[in-house]
Amino acid sequence: MFSSCADPKALEGLSWFLCYLTTGKHLLFLGSFGTVLLLLAVTAPVALALGFGGALAARSALAPLRWLGRVYTAMVRGVPDIVFFLFVPIALDQGLEYLRHRVKCPDWTEPIRKGSDFVVCPAAKLPLSSAPEWEHQVYAFVLAVIAFAIVFGAFAANVIHGAMNAVPKAQLETADAYGMTPRQTFRRILVPQMWVYALPGLTNLWMILIKATPLLFVLGIEDIVYWARELGGSKTTGASAYPHGDWRVYYFFVLLCFYLGMTRLSEMVFARLYRRLSHGQATLAGEQMRKADK
Amino acid sequence: MKTLILGAAALALSAGMSFGAETIRIATEGAYPPFNFINDKGEIDGFERKLGDELCTRAALTCEWVKNDWDSIIPNLVSSNYDAIMAGMSITPEREKVIAFTQNYIPPADSAYVALKADANLNGNIAAQTSTIQAGHVAETGATLLEFATADETVAAVRNGEADAVFADREYLQKIVDESNGELTFAGEPVAIGGGVGMGLRQSDAELKATFDKAITSMKCDGSLDKLIVEYFGEKSKVFGEEGKQGC
Repeated sequence: MFSSCADPKALEGLSWFLCYLTTGKHLLFLGSFGTVLLLLAVTAPVALALGFGGALAARSALAPLRWLGRVYTAMVRGVPDIVFFLFVPIALDQGLEYLRHRVKCPDWTEPIRKGSDFVVCPAAKLPLSSAPEWEHQVYAFVLAVIAFAIVFGAFAANVIHGAMNAVPKAQLETADAYGMTPRQTFRRILVPQMWVYALPGLTNLWMILIKATPLLFVLGIEDIVYWARELGGSKTTGASAYPHGDWRVYYFFVLLCFYLGMTRLSEMVFARLYRRLSHGQATLAGEQMRKADK
Repeated sequence: MKTLILGAAALALSAGMSFGAETIRIATEGAYPPFNFINDKGEIDGFERKLGDELCTRAALTCEWVKNDWDSIIPNLVSSNYDAIMAGMSITPEREKVIAFTQNYIPPADSAYVALKADANLNGNIAAQTSTIQAGHVAETGATLLEFATADETVAAVRNGEADAVFADREYLQKIVDESNGELTFAGEPVAIGGGVGMGLRQSDAELKATFDKAITSMKCDGSLDKLIVEYFGEKSKVFGEEGKQGC
């Protein structure tokens, strides 16, 4: 990065470290923090939407929809996360490629499964073999986001479903007595009050989501855990201009600080959010705030 | 008219398939210097990178490199995430049941033990990378096998005393021993196992196998492959020599 780094062998002490920490590889390491933050930023709203949909479905008056919502939450909650993370991307990838194969190559006579091989026609590949590597990485990332969203959506659905049931019945009955339609009651009374009951559970889920991000590494995406292991491993002169011993412990310590920082920050944000949502609510926290205001 | 268009399309398709422009995705682990590693710039580098690029040039293919963990490198090949493996993978009958190999591009070479002391107990706890021929060999010798996901972790296990010795390709261990300031040393005798290193391909890809076999033969014939082996693995390493030039 700097011109003084041209000959790492001549460097010592601080300048060696400065050059070492600004190699292209370390910049990729820094970039991978962005990957993790992006995963959180995309997954959280998608999972929340899925959870909201799942909770609505589970409360639905339509029996098939209700079953769908209940089966979804029960199924995902009953299977270890990692099984889903391993299953969903592969199943989605092969399923999509199979469908594309059927549409794009109707004349293809060879079987798709040959022994242990899964081979679709070149035009059905996702992404195409000729696509640049970044497209493959984005595709893998999207599959990972979908897997995360399905799993965390199910947990969120359960939390939101419980929160909806926790809203005092008297509130809903009063709304009814005022002549609100069920839709109006739902929109104006149930949903605004539900959040305060859902928040502790959702906060918990968010924390678990933060801590689950290293699963990206299991899915073969170059996240912070991948780079920490790669950079921390001992390096000989052939492989790097900055040979060093086993430094994994320092790199993993950086990750530890990152995750602690993330969760601490989240706690602070959620505490503020909880205060805001409790304001004027018929809950214990809301009642205490009301008394304090007097 | 319809048949004309179909015929033209078929012609265009077959033309596209035979005249290059095909992109081959090659997977490697990127954690096994000097075979393959990630250099300071974050790019895939090493003997196999250089060899693979040269083979692709000779075969008139466009090649793209992909990083993949060692333990899922074969499953992801058969599910067509990429088309070839070049990751210091030895040709073995077990692997040939699942994937196909080109002819070897590194002749059968020695594996060796490395320990803190030259008289280390080679029947004790021996570290090896999971799913390698070395791990298989250790299990056969009756020693206790400690498996690790990456080669680097196997060496770290010896350094911190978790394992009595590590068993891996000698070419991989050489530089580590040389630069350990006397901390590490070779122990016992080198063992010749495996059928050399080849490029892994899907069994259904017979055409690609023929293409790469031809390219490897041409590099064996003009001696450029031997030169590359010496460049990366040192003067002492085994080369194909005159034997590789048979049938040129």
